[in-house]
Amino acid sequence: MGPVLVLDGVCKDFGVFRLVDISLSVDKDEYFVVLGPSGAGKTLLLQVIAGIIRPDKGRVFIEGTDVTELPPEERSVGYVPQNYALFPHLNVFENIAFGLRIRRLRDSKVRRRVKDISEALGIGDLLYRSPRTLSGGEAQRVALARALVLEPRVVLLDEPLSAVDPVLRWELRDYLRRVHREFGGVFVHVTHDFSEALALASRIAVLNRGVVEQVGAPWEVFSRPRSVFVAWFTRAGNIFRGVAEPIGSGLSRVRVDGLSFVVSGVYRGRVAVSFRPEFVVVSKDRLVSSARNEVEGIVCDFIDEGALILLEVDCSGLLIKAYITKSSFNEMNIKRGDRVYLYVKASQIHVIT
Amino acid sequence: MNRGLVVFSAVGSVIVLFLVFPLVLLLFLSGGGLAEFIGDSEAINAILLSFHSGVVASLIVVLFGTPLSYVLSRWRSRFVRVVQGLIEIPLALPHSVAGIMVLLAYNSRAPVGSVLSRFGLVVEDSYWGIVFVMVFVSAPIFVSSVKAGFDMVDVELENVARTLGASLTQVFLRVSLPLVYKHILAGFILCLARAISEVGAVMVVAYYPKVAATLVIERFLGYGLGAALSLSGVLVIISLVIFAALRLILAEE
Repeated sequence: MGPVLVLDGVCKDFGVFRLVDISLSVDKDEYFVVLGPSGAGKTLLLQVIAGIIRPDKGRVFIEGTDVTELPPEERSVGYVPQNYALFPHLNVFENIAFGLRIRRLRDSKVRRRVKDISEALGIGDLLYRSPRTLSGGEAQRVALARALVLEPRVVLLDEPLSAVDPVLRWELRDYLRRVHREFGGVFVHVTHDFSEALALASRIAVLNRGVVEQVGAPWEVFSRPRSVFVAWFTRAGNIFRGVAEPIGSGLSRVRVDGLSFVVSGVYRGRVAVSFRPEFVVVSKDRLVSSARNEVEGIVCDFIDEGALILLEVDCSGLLIKAYITKSSFNEMNIKRGDRVYLYVKASQIHVIT
Repeated sequence: MNRGLVVFSAVGSVIVLFLVFPLVLLLFLSGGGLAEFIGDSEAINAILLSFHSGVVASLIVVLFGTPLSYVLSRWRSRFVRVVQGLIEIPLALPHSVAGIMVLLAYNSRAPVGSVLSRFGLVVEDSYWGIVFVMVFVSAPIFVSSVKAGFDMVDVELENVARTLGASLTQVFLRVSLPLVYKHILAGFILCLARAISEVGAVMVVAYYPKVAATLVIERFLGYGLGAALSLSGVLVIISLVIFAALRLILAEE
């Protein structure tokens, strides 16, 4: 069976927002996350898939059928917008039943299906409440139930976790993962939060100014960013532009200001290198290490991020970020102004050409 | 109250007194004439006519104005802005001029008026003339009031309803309309109030049959202030009831 959702060369100019030649395909049971900053065109992309906005160019296929010209009501797409958009004049039951009533199902059938979905999603006790009285988490569950009760072929989620507080966000993230596991189908979830994407996605597409910069498995996007933007947006931490030259044995040297990094692969000319702070080993003394890159620097700042400490080390004018555990930080008794040695393996430095 | 607001309140109260004083005075002076009004069949008929034509005009405005308000709210283009500007013109016109425009366009010898007259819709000195004038002067108020209501309805509600299988008409009837019914009701009341208070345009198009506002003018011009008092008092009471209803509807929101 082919992909469930295909976008082929979709373009849309919508004033401030735009989509430029978007081609994507999402397979059955995939949890696909579109990651991008505000204004990247994420919501516009969802609205094009939903049929709310018609693309200027390109086609949208759902289960092999070209739905580009079809109105939203004929696409079998569930849509959960950022603010959940529960109908304020209907109670929770009628919100969930809305699509079933449009389809003129018998009342007994409507009641059974609303009951089934609300029990599955753990909102059975909310059915006769007004949407105005629901918390953010409850509203999200109701909005999901309203979409899922129709068994859509594609479920579109627009920043579903952005309207809730951080503690609830974790809980709802796990909830979404469970719902996807139980209900299956294609979920397309847009967010600007990389950690959310990492936790949920089967695959990620990074969208920037209407252009898909990279599509891949979360770890691939995380460790092998294809552009400086992707590296920056996925918080690669250390991104430097420099000039590369091959040094043999399948390695290259990249000169960045006063420093140079040995990297795996053969590169020549202007490149950017990126490596994540968690790939950097920190020591107060010189180590004998297999890492090909040793850099000396002065600790200029550190940020407590809970279990980890983010060190900022000034290495001949280049600011390199490195994570160490809090216990290592305490054991090493690191202070601002301390001299440290940083080690990075050539294979862990990613080169962006 | 914030002390800084005392000065503003003192200055602003001039307007309040200026508006309320004539109202109270009229109600006070016309109080004795209310018993006399009960036996005044001409005045009662004029008020009934005002209300009948006002309600019919307002219903016509609701019927055609609601879809128009929806379009003006949802369709964003230069053309729509031009249309909105055009339909607000009657608000800025002198009332007599509005009457002349209605008479000019829809009199039974004019192209459109001659077609209408074949269906019994003759405007000169007729019931339908009063209704036409009332529609002309009150429709802009209704449209802007209901458009404001539609503007407040989150478009995402409509988008979601479409993805749940509802057609555009079903979305309008099941989502948008129930959410603006208070604006429609308030718009209807404002429309009715504007319609029954119209006098200048009505006198140009249809002096007869006489609506209440025309009768007040006629009595004042023919017999002086005292003769117009009791009918004026009744009209003020009716207006107060209408506005009390309007405030109640909006307060619930």
